[in-house]
Amino acid sequence: MKEFIKGNYEEEIDVRDFIMKNITRYEGDESFLAPISEKTKKVWSKCEKLLKEELKKSVLDIDTTHVSGITNFDAGYIDKEMEVIVGLQTDAPLKRMMNPFGGLRMVKNSLKAYNYQMDPTIEKYFPMFTKSHNDGVYDAYNDEIKLAKHVGLITGLPDAYGRGRIIGDYRRVALYGIDFLIQEKEKDFKKIKVELDDSIRLREEVSMQIKALKKIKEMALSYGLDISKPAKNSFEAVQWLYFGYLAAVKENNGAAMSLGRVDAFLDIYFERDLANGKITEAEIQELIDQFVIKLRLVRHLRTPEYDELFSGDPTWVTCSLGGCDKKGRSMVTKTTFRILHTLTNLDPAPEPNMTVLWSLNLSENFKKYAAKMSIKTDAIQYENDDIMRPIYGDDYAIACCVSAMEIGKNMQFFGARCNLAKALLYSINEGYDEMEYVKVLNGIPKIESKYLDYETVKKNFYKVIEKTAKIYVDAMNIIHYMHDKYAYEASQMALHDTYVKRLMAYGVAGLSVVADSLSAIKYAKVKPLRDEHAIAKDFVVEGDYPKYGNDDDRVDNIAKDVLKKLYHELSKHATYRDSFPTLSVLTITSNVVYGHKTGTTPDGRLAGTPFAPGANPMHGRDTSGALASLNSVAKLDYANCCRDGISNTFSIVPTTLGKTLPEQINNLCGILDGYFENGAHHLNVNVLTRELLIDAKNNPEKYPLLTIRVSGYSVRFNRLTPEQQDEVINRTFHEAM
Amino acid sequence: MNGSVASIETLTSVDGPGIRTIVFMSGCHKRCMYCHNPEMFKMTKPNYKDKDLVEKILRYKNYFKRGGGVTFSGGEPLLQTDFLIKVCKKLKEENIHIAIDTAGDYIGDLQELLKYVDLVILDIKDTRPKEYEYLTKSKMKKFNAFVKKLNKTKVDVFIRQVIIPDFNDNISYIKSLREYLKQINNIKDVAFLPYHKLGSEKYLELGLFNPMLNVKEMDKDKCDKLYQAFLNL
Repeated sequence: MKEFIKGNYEEEIDVRDFIMKNITRYEGDESFLAPISEKTKKVWSKCEKLLKEELKKSVLDIDTTHVSGITNFDAGYIDKEMEVIVGLQTDAPLKRMMNPFGGLRMVKNSLKAYNYQMDPTIEKYFPMFTKSHNDGVYDAYNDEIKLAKHVGLITGLPDAYGRGRIIGDYRRVALYGIDFLIQEKEKDFKKIKVELDDSIRLREEVSMQIKALKKIKEMALSYGLDISKPAKNSFEAVQWLYFGYLAAVKENNGAAMSLGRVDAFLDIYFERDLANGKITEAEIQELIDQFVIKLRLVRHLRTPEYDELFSGDPTWVTCSLGGCDKKGRSMVTKTTFRILHTLTNLDPAPEPNMTVLWSLNLSENFKKYAAKMSIKTDAIQYENDDIMRPIYGDDYAIACCVSAMEIGKNMQFFGARCNLAKALLYSINEGYDEMEYVKVLNGIPKIESKYLDYETVKKNFYKVIEKTAKIYVDAMNIIHYMHDKYAYEASQMALHDTYVKRLMAYGVAGLSVVADSLSAIKYAKVKPLRDEHAIAKDFVVEGDYPKYGNDDDRVDNIAKDVLKKLYHELSKHATYRDSFPTLSVLTITSNVVYGHKTGTTPDGRLAGTPFAPGANPMHGRDTSGALASLNSVAKLDYANCCRDGISNTFSIVPTTLGKTLPEQINNLCGILDGYFENGAHHLNVNVLTRELLIDAKNNPEKYPLLTIRVSGYSVRFNRLTPEQQDEVINRTFHEAM
Repeated sequence: MNGSVASIETLTSVDGPGIRTIVFMSGCHKRCMYCHNPEMFKMTKPNYKDKDLVEKILRYKNYFKRGGGVTFSGGEPLLQTDFLIKVCKKLKEENIHIAIDTAGDYIGDLQELLKYVDLVILDIKDTRPKEYEYLTKSKMKKFNAFVKKLNKTKVDVFIRQVIIPDFNDNISYIKSLREYLKQINNIKDVAFLPYHKLGSEKYLELGLFNPMLNVKEMDKDKCDKLYQAFLNL
């Protein structure tokens, strides 16, 4: 009988030790993978029907008589006989919960939008007997913060809903069972001396964690399963782990509720049971498929405005895959393949958010399989393990899109982002908002020259950054103080060490707009056109200037310097619970909303039009081809500046990648290897489908940069006549795929 | 030394093997009727120093590791042979795979350049001297001279043949091509490119007369069939 290799993990909570001692690295290809099982087919076809119905109605159903909580809902099933992994957020699939702890108003607005009515008793007594995070925040906000939020200088702050981006170490439930976890927390609790605020708060939190652990056990029992002891076999490992995650999404409605890194961990159970003849490959795949079905059904109740910011009802159940250990050895296992294989067995879907931790050291077989799945499904994002590993070790995972943290040891205070493009306009407009005509920042010198002088604007801009940073830090300190107080994530923090390192995650939007604007002022001549209130409403640019996205250091260094300055300013201030400041260059779809609130910028971007997403160059300005564009983004400094991630989205049509599928796979691997070797952090890969090209034909404004290549020649898709576009659509998808 | 570069596209995978950066060189003496890059006809003022172009290409070196490299196309890149010698010599020192996409119209020390080149992508305009001249407004003699020089090297050759409706889309032309290619050494690949009209917008923009205005695009399936026939000859 194969047994686990013993180690320190038996003495104390040390999941990493368990993985490193027991991992079975897999260098082979995907040929071992099993197809979808009959049971899974039945469960998934029921889900597909429900999902279609949900798509029509936006929201399938809402439970209006209970509020969120680990044990507040009866057990629910999709098809009890056919489900091998059980557990739903509420008593029925896709039925959403009300979570008023982040903010009651948000819940009310959401219910109203979908024609639901909150149970009158809850509506009456909830605000009478308790207080939400949102109420707490507004009790403490100052006028500067409120104004900065109102004008959109700082936006998307988690002050009315759950902050999310916390990853519980759900693996602990499987490895140790709930009883041991409670026992360890009780030991910790006894050691926390009663002193002042910090220790009293921690004592209260650990007590809440212990209660939450007991509730997780109770919740599992409602499904007839006792998780007090460690998982004994493969099924229990998956199921116990899932109960840990399920408790988190019953208790919280964070913007991103990510899963963590479970591939090597679960694989250890599978390998042992396979060796002992206790399980077959088909049965393992069935467990994984059904686990993933559950993850796909996670829902939160949001307002339509929230959906506008984050279109597509995302939950960011980010699932980190692969990566290497500290010695640089691949941690890809058969289960890494099995999880990606759900994209074949079920169908391609955005959740769970498949995130491959790419390293040059990963096996060719795995790289090629991931690339193949990217080409087929578009559903994978890649992040550079080789630059994250030195900072976060080899047992970290990604929360949301790009936020790395050591599992069970780090947690994050999510902080959305500040609007850098607007900040730049404040430096030209004496601190006035260009849309609302209010003075947002004092002490910004007036600029009266006919043409903008680079050094003057830069000096003003850096002053704006200093002032904005202070407001931003104040807002974040208040938000996370109140979130800990009124909407504490007890079930998730119970699956962390008692003493965690906290990361204060700031962010920026509009980087490429700022880089190009400053470049225009520096290398061309920019004349502001001011209205009767002396607000620059438009700009005349005379001459050409280098644009971000063309691998031109003159402008790419401007982008780097702006980030460095902002991060430096943010780092100057004290943070709640001594959290470590980090910075991200990330927007998913919110670049549209930020752009909407921002006036015309000196780079020629018109008022109200979208920014480029994340760290992407502005649409249509990266005219030197994809590798130049990738190189520009790769220059931004991850390790010393943007440790919360630098997001880049890359779209390509299959035939641009190569003529045949094997060529496309090889070339995509080449792009990823090259980009990451150049020090880049993240890449969303969109290998465009035929459907998408048809959409591009009908909605050209959505795809300004789409390039079509035939041998020796390239053209923007939008420049072609409709007939030519049809021809390209037929041609592009005729040959290769 | 300075060269005339029309544009650089940093990512291509259809102009030679693997991930490639393609440099479009300005200037061409031919006026091929189906040309899809008419903006490169004119030899513009030299705008790139050799060492700057080398530096630029080397920025993409990390992407080339799976069999990719750089392709010089145009225009006719071999009108700037001396410049390319300088550039390619340095690129070869960095182990960059070099391809030249040409119609064989060269000026300068071709033999020296070919020392550094790994692959020639050779555009066969037409095997028939009269049609060659009709199509390109230039004589075939120069092309034959190029092939002679090429045959003295061990450089790999990819053949490219554009197939045009009612012009060369017939079996007798395909047969003549098969015959013709016997005189070229080291052929590693032959591809038929169906004539397309994606360049027609460029003619409008440049205010140039498009000689193929009334010719329809080549049917892709028919082109594939001809290619199969070619392989079976």
